[in-house]
Amino acid sequence: MEQKNNTLLFYTLLYFVFLYLPVLFLPLFSFNDSDYMSFPLSGFTTEHYVEMWEKTNLHKALWASIKVGVVASVVSTTIALFAAKAFSRYKFRGESVSYGAIMMPFLIPEIILAVSILVIWLSLGFKLGLIPVTLGHILFCTPFAMLILIARIEGFDFSLEEASRDLGENAWGTFYRVSLPLYLPGIIASLLLSFIISFDEFILAFFLTGSDATLPMYMWGQMRFIQKLPHVLALGAVIIVFTTLIVLLAFWLRNIGQGKDKAGLGIKIHE
Amino acid sequence: MNNSFIQINQISKHFGDVKAVDNVSFEIQEGEFFSLLGPSGCGKTTLLRLLAGFEYPTSGNLLLDGIDITALPPDKRPTNMVFQNYAIFPHINVQRNIQFGLRKLGLTNEEIRKRVNDVLSLVKLEGYEERFSSQLSGGQRQRVALARALVRQPKVLLLDEPLGALDKKLRDEMQLELRTLQKNIGITFVFVTHDQQEAISMSDRVAVMSEGKIQQLSTPNELYKNPHNIFVSDFIGETNFLKAETKSQDGEYINASIEKLGEFKIKNNLNISENSSDVVCSVRPETMMIDKEKSDWDICLEGKIKQTSYLGEMTKFYIETKEIEKIITVSSQYFDNQSFKNNDCFISINLDDISLLNKK
Repeated sequence: MEQKNNTLLFYTLLYFVFLYLPVLFLPLFSFNDSDYMSFPLSGFTTEHYVEMWEKTNLHKALWASIKVGVVASVVSTTIALFAAKAFSRYKFRGESVSYGAIMMPFLIPEIILAVSILVIWLSLGFKLGLIPVTLGHILFCTPFAMLILIARIEGFDFSLEEASRDLGENAWGTFYRVSLPLYLPGIIASLLLSFIISFDEFILAFFLTGSDATLPMYMWGQMRFIQKLPHVLALGAVIIVFTTLIVLLAFWLRNIGQGKDKAGLGIKIHE
Repeated sequence: MNNSFIQINQISKHFGDVKAVDNVSFEIQEGEFFSLLGPSGCGKTTLLRLLAGFEYPTSGNLLLDGIDITALPPDKRPTNMVFQNYAIFPHINVQRNIQFGLRKLGLTNEEIRKRVNDVLSLVKLEGYEERFSSQLSGGQRQRVALARALVRQPKVLLLDEPLGALDKKLRDEMQLELRTLQKNIGITFVFVTHDQQEAISMSDRVAVMSEGKIQQLSTPNELYKNPHNIFVSDFIGETNFLKAETKSQDGEYINASIEKLGEFKIKNNLNISENSSDVVCSVRPETMMIDKEKSDWDICLEGKIKQTSYLGEMTKFYIETKEIEKIITVSSQYFDNQSFKNNDCFISINLDDISLLNKK
């Protein structure tokens, strides 16, 4: 007979409660008919969501975050793809140094990164705004993107690329017809996660946005006024749902085909 | 210049300090089934990859059909390769795998369809067009890899241990099939293998390689009957090595003393020098005779059977003698070890079956 381990079960439950309960308060209070986050709940309303829908500053901030997120995720994934390919395919001088250099933003405190960029950007005589935020996000997202892509590319059968060269394709044709379709699930996962990281990022944005607020900056600004709290809760609830879906999608894509179908197409093939 | 189809001129390939291929020169004729044979790490695969264009030589040059291809990238060479692991593209089906290499040849849709259908029937894969790599058996994948390379109608087909991953029965079948296919289509095959039986049974000529050098290049029969050195003799088939010393040359023959057996006149095909102790004699197990009675052969020794192993079509006897230090292996179709009383036996050798080799 298998013995049930109640201690471990209890620990696991406690862990999840601690992790997710506070987060669940956001959607709960976003439907509560009151300006204050306190029990007992006073009544059900969707009015905060309507209010959220009508804020033009919020729309502006959302649009700014999307722009920054799309550019940052595309650029960092592109850089990370080249780097991941180099690290998994070739042995070269300075390999571990360049690996460390790319991973560095992952390890140094974000606030240091933010202050450094701020100082350099201003001393070059540029204005603060979405451009330095985007650059900071590219720096910050690239190590994440590279970790995802290396996991994908390692174990990739490079004789497939040789076969393509052998069959008359040049380097670009090989990349387009063989490598890219096989890396695609990893690339999409990297794009999605980079986008989410950029979308949620606060510290770099705080130092570098100037007057063009991104969405986290906008939320932070609204928190100072008690009567504006409820629509921030509504916004928070929407973001939680949206982020969870993207992260799930990204992980599903990253893991696809890593079991049976080594090349990983994202196409399920029955044996 | 001669009209050899492939000319390999003083090719070397170094990886750091390692000389994977070390100043190798030879020629391959058009329509030949040519094998590169050797143990792993002997440089045979590197040589094949040099021909394919995946590696560039450190020195030397390669000519194919009179054209210098040394510096051409793989996509510009009239060669195609069957990879060891087949390298079937997993994201496209069999049909599109086979069509993959036709895109840049400027063919009409009609011509493409005809070529694909022809090659599918050549490798007997009709009906598998829609399958993906993961839905095929090892043997079928091998056929796809073959079809994908042949559909481009290359001047040379390069095969990198293509049968290594198949089980024995399938491998024997494919050996025969590949050989027939090659004779029918007439394309030059360069075949890399570490399996001497495979190389011998399929090839017109075989180059035996070791440590980046060609040890011997000849027909399979020559390789077996007249190995040029101890490495080839050992690598091709099975043999017994006996200690020997040469004395004086006598016409085509040389006098040699072999272990404690005495002095014999042995044919000196390899111009081995007189009075040398750096030589060995090689005797193939199947050239010897094992019997209960003494024979009138050139050499007849009394021995004791230490062990026998029954292999079906023949039996191997491992025999100890007073004169020879090592255990001697004799193979025979005759199996009845009940008739050897106390495992006593006589082994007989003909002088014609003894070959004299340099140790180095």
